[in-house]
Amino acid sequence: MSKTGEPVTSQSGDAPYVQLSGISKYFAGIRALEDVNFACELGSTHAILGENGAGKSTLIKIMSGVLQPSAGEMRVAGKPVQFRSPSEAADAGIVCIFQELSLLPDLSVADNISISSPPRRFGLIDGRAQRRRAEELLARIRCEDVDPRALIRDLSLSRRQMVEIAKALGKQPKVLILDEATSALTSRDVETVYDLLGRLKADGVASLFISHRMHEVDKLCDTLSVFRNGSHVETFRKGERSPSEIVRMMIGRDVEAQFPPRPEPVARSVHLSIRNLTWENRLKGVNLEVGKGEIVGLGGLDGQGQKELLLALFGVLRGVEGTVKAGEVAGIPSSPDAAKGGKARIALVPEDRKTEGLMLPMSIADNLLAASYAKVSNGPMIDPAKEKAAVREGIRKLQIKIGSAQDPVATLSGGNQQKVVIAKWLMTDPEIILLNDPTRGIDVGTKQEIYKLMRDLADEGRAILFYSTDYAELIGCCDRIAVMYDGAILTELTGDAISEEAIVAASLNIDTGEAA
Amino acid sequence: MNMWRQNRAFVGALAMLAVLYITYNFMHPRGFSTAVLVQNANEVVAIAFVAMAQTLPVLLGGLDLSVGAVMTLTACVASVLVNGSPAEILFGMAATLAVGAAFGFMNGVIIVYGRLQPIIATLATGAVALGLALFIRPKPGGDVDGDLNWALTNSLWDLVDTYGLFDPDAAWFQPIAWIPVPLILLFGIAALVWVPFKKSVTGRTVYAIGSAEGAAYMSGLPIDRARIAAFTLGGFLASCGGLYLAIQTSSGNADVMQAGAYTLNSIAAVVLGGTSLLGGAGGAIGSLVGALILRVISFYFRIVSIDPLLQPLIEGLVLLAAVSLGAIRTLRVKNRLELFR
Repeated sequence: MSKTGEPVTSQSGDAPYVQLSGISKYFAGIRALEDVNFACELGSTHAILGENGAGKSTLIKIMSGVLQPSAGEMRVAGKPVQFRSPSEAADAGIVCIFQELSLLPDLSVADNISISSPPRRFGLIDGRAQRRRAEELLARIRCEDVDPRALIRDLSLSRRQMVEIAKALGKQPKVLILDEATSALTSRDVETVYDLLGRLKADGVASLFISHRMHEVDKLCDTLSVFRNGSHVETFRKGERSPSEIVRMMIGRDVEAQFPPRPEPVARSVHLSIRNLTWENRLKGVNLEVGKGEIVGLGGLDGQGQKELLLALFGVLRGVEGTVKAGEVAGIPSSPDAAKGGKARIALVPEDRKTEGLMLPMSIADNLLAASYAKVSNGPMIDPAKEKAAVREGIRKLQIKIGSAQDPVATLSGGNQQKVVIAKWLMTDPEIILLNDPTRGIDVGTKQEIYKLMRDLADEGRAILFYSTDYAELIGCCDRIAVMYDGAILTELTGDAISEEAIVAASLNIDTGEAA
Repeated sequence: MNMWRQNRAFVGALAMLAVLYITYNFMHPRGFSTAVLVQNANEVVAIAFVAMAQTLPVLLGGLDLSVGAVMTLTACVASVLVNGSPAEILFGMAATLAVGAAFGFMNGVIIVYGRLQPIIATLATGAVALGLALFIRPKPGGDVDGDLNWALTNSLWDLVDTYGLFDPDAAWFQPIAWIPVPLILLFGIAALVWVPFKKSVTGRTVYAIGSAEGAAYMSGLPIDRARIAAFTLGGFLASCGGLYLAIQTSSGNADVMQAGAYTLNSIAAVVLGGTSLLGGAGGAIGSLVGALILRVISFYFRIVSIDPLLQPLIEGLVLLAAVSLGAIRTLRVKNRLELFR
């Protein structure tokens, strides 16, 4: 584990505006940041790079006052500071534009832009001044088309993102942090934001830029910092490191978790075939085949369309185009009900266990049976004997640790809750299993059980499509990895070609010359 | 033990009812007599059915503002149809219940396919039901079969006696002859309708929707069908209340105030019976008990001398105290964020 986090060598003479020394952050004993030394200078455009979970988000949350560090010191303009809230950080000139939008959907654009310090007259909010202010700020980012009186909920995602930027500019930042701020923008807006960053730089504002798009980073930034596993690896000027060096810095050397042995690649009969699948502007022509008994991993950075692909296959999304063939059944299911039944028999372990996977107040037994009541019913009535037997079988198969099957599922630990979700779907005896990050937030022991279970299910002849944000997991579990980028599968890796370098390179859509 | 933990609210309501009603009988000059029991039983049936009807939309996480109006409408329908030959009477009763179920079905269809919030959709359809009721019964009146009225509003002895089923004085019959028919109807229908519903896939789906609609959908449960079924059953139960009210009063009355009062009391009864207004937890039997509690509270005003003008005030305070008992659990919650889930 690299703990070097060497202090930034300031090329220009002046002291950095923001200086972090020895910053650590723990969540319930889990390390998110460890002993980070980091600096940010006025007038620079500074990119922060790293894998999912490298600590980038935690870093900017600490800088912008959302989180407080567990240890270490932060200085702004040479003075030590401790931000207790984002507004204190904003007062010190550090403003962040978050990935998750912070706008209030039921308020107007003008209300949102001035939400923290609205202009007042006689103690009351001055609506007209507020509107003028919104107009000025929107004009600065060429969004004259946005009516300050419009409600946020009526705006498209890209317009909302621009309002978010206007709101941040309204706080007159010295350091502007953009966390994936361009991911939702149209290409015209992206140009506008690039322009804006240029102008801010000329005005002496520092921009901290988190992006997964290498070409963007290359174009805009003058300084790059790489994070890995909660540690600051290195900071360097643009052009000092080659793309393949950057990729290697991002992944490091750790290999963790035990995986069941991967079988030799064999020719398999195709069970799930996806041709040219498109949906809105999130899926842009996905082509993929999954064989019987095969585990195919979906890789890539967050938000490249992996989740949408799984939801589309499960019949959740409306207006999906393209062809899907599941075994003998052709066509995209119209609903989860249609997907799980009939001949296709598709199962999806959803992303959010608590809202999509489980009915938390209901009993473990009810949750286990939720997808397969038809199997334990005589006509419309549930047969208590069959119900009991099925519940017992599900609990046994996954070794779920419970008190009584009548307890609310909310009383279980995260790992056991996830086992309930998986057991629920195994009860439908699915041919195709879609897994959306099934090991997120669960303990290592349960993770290993799930890995083994996946391999066992594949060996029984089921087709498994597995999305994970953890590359080590993809490498350890999958027969083949399809890396998604911007709504399509750009690269498929098989056998020896599967390596962390190859996945990261494909995720960023850069050619290091080493990837297959 | 497990039962107790999961149905704490229900068991609490049951205990409250027992204490209230036993105390009432001790204070009543003719307490613990069949006459008092029969009279009380008659007064609880309609509100108990309406409260059970309200339970279904509440389990889904909504409210039905039309239950009282559907009861009034079906009472008016019954006041026209339930008389004549035995066959005609049976047809009339079946038709009354069918009207209620159909009205509930319509509510369900409007809510599911119109994508409306139940509370607003039923506010509108409730007004429609009252309009229909006024159309059928512009003035109070009607004549419901007298034998039926007598037989269903008294004890089992009177039921047997009225229709000459067998000798009502037979020795084997005496241990149960005192039981009021309205209570048998109430608990009988509750057992025959609610218990199977709760054990059906549709019933489980209703609970699942109230618990986490997203998870219910992602499990491939029949969400739309369950919603419509829930409102249909609600309409049916409300019409049971309406039919009984018509038989009990031998007439129909399109009383707008009464319909509103029944709707509001039904919500109070549901809460008292331990069903969460957020949906997903509780049941119709609890609401039945809740309705009994509400009525027993009002019985007290007959034997305790309180200025009638103060009655609503005191009723309100008692109700507030009763529902507050249910909120005590929140004092024990350590993570305040959980209060919002």
